[in-house]
Amino acid sequence: MTSGGLPVPGRTARPPEHRVESTNLADILERVLDKGIVIAGDIRVNLLDIELLTIKIRLLVASVDKAREMGIDWWEHDPSLSSGQRDLNEENRRLRQRIGDLEAARTPELENGAAPEPEPSRARTARARGERE
Amino acid sequence: MSLVWLYAVRLGGADRPPAGPGVDGERPRFVAEGPLVAVVGTVREEEFDEAALARAMEDLGRIERLARAHHAVIVETAAEEPTAPLRLATLYRDDEAVARTLRERADEFGRVLERVRDRQEWGVKVYVDAKPEAAAEEPASSGKPGTAYLLRRRADRDRGAQARERARAVADRIDETLARVAAAAHRMKPQDARLSGRAQEMVLNATYLVDAAAEEDFRAALAAVEAEGATVELTGPWPPFSFATLGES
Repeated sequence: MTSGGLPVPGRTARPPEHRVESTNLADILERVLDKGIVIAGDIRVNLLDIELLTIKIRLLVASVDKAREMGIDWWEHDPSLSSGQRDLNEENRRLRQRIGDLEAARTPELENGAAPEPEPSRARTARARGERE
Repeated sequence: MSLVWLYAVRLGGADRPPAGPGVDGERPRFVAEGPLVAVVGTVREEEFDEAALARAMEDLGRIERLARAHHAVIVETAAEEPTAPLRLATLYRDDEAVARTLRERADEFGRVLERVRDRQEWGVKVYVDAKPEAAAEEPASSGKPGTAYLLRRRADRDRGAQARERARAVADRIDETLARVAAAAHRMKPQDARLSGRAQEMVLNATYLVDAAAEEDFRAALAAVEAEGATVELTGPWPPFSFATLGES
């Protein structure tokens, strides 16, 4: 169990600055953009902008993959969110694609009672088909 | 020219302004009206007018800086008195406009502040292993490695579905357990693993308003949950962002 934020009032000292800074950005955004008291000030903040932003952030917070499927990838250009993760993301995407391809290629063969090769290449699959014909 | 950024409204404590720095690097100050005290900051109009804010909404780096500064000032404020945080980017022309809002909405603010008095918000995230446990044994070898591979894949997939179902059940049970000890509870969407920075999958992302007097019970409930094997992350106490809303009784 870990904790962040401010200490319990009256029991411990004020939080050192770094505790606040180290609080997870997603946790903060979830609260300051989506929660808290809403009153109309004198400066008209375009509520549509805030809503869009909240949706964007929420997509990011809820599911990076889902957002990417929808073609939303703005955070990938933001170093604060993508540093060191882009390669991993790309690797994950390629692996998922690979698994999907393998499953798509094999499921019918299994159902037909055939035994597919563990690592079929295009050439091998073509040859296997040729042999059945 | 300048504008007035509103951080929070609290009861009393008008003699101890937060050190800041605020969203524009400024030192926060107070606007008092009766028992209510608004925590505000003087910010540059060219950086916070409608056009500048619209631009800021497209710049996640700037949003992060604003969000962190807004949050930090509220944390400092909320450590001492009942405090109702304002959503990001609530701006007025001058102090008189802030005072007028405090007067006009005094009853609403009063109700919100009473609801959060002596209570704190705690965030709880629960993680489980994203990967289902390894297969108990290899499927009987038929001498067909491809078939064996596929059977294994299917078994993995089934175990994956079962693991997700179990994770949902665990999350619901933990949420119910903690909500019983809390004054109010609110569930948020789980965050993506890449943001949480953990290999495990987040199955519960919830936040609880807990009486200061019940904090021990809340922690005990959490420890019991942990003892059952869930990975639990506690954040807070937060200023009561998730429970300070107008228009509720």
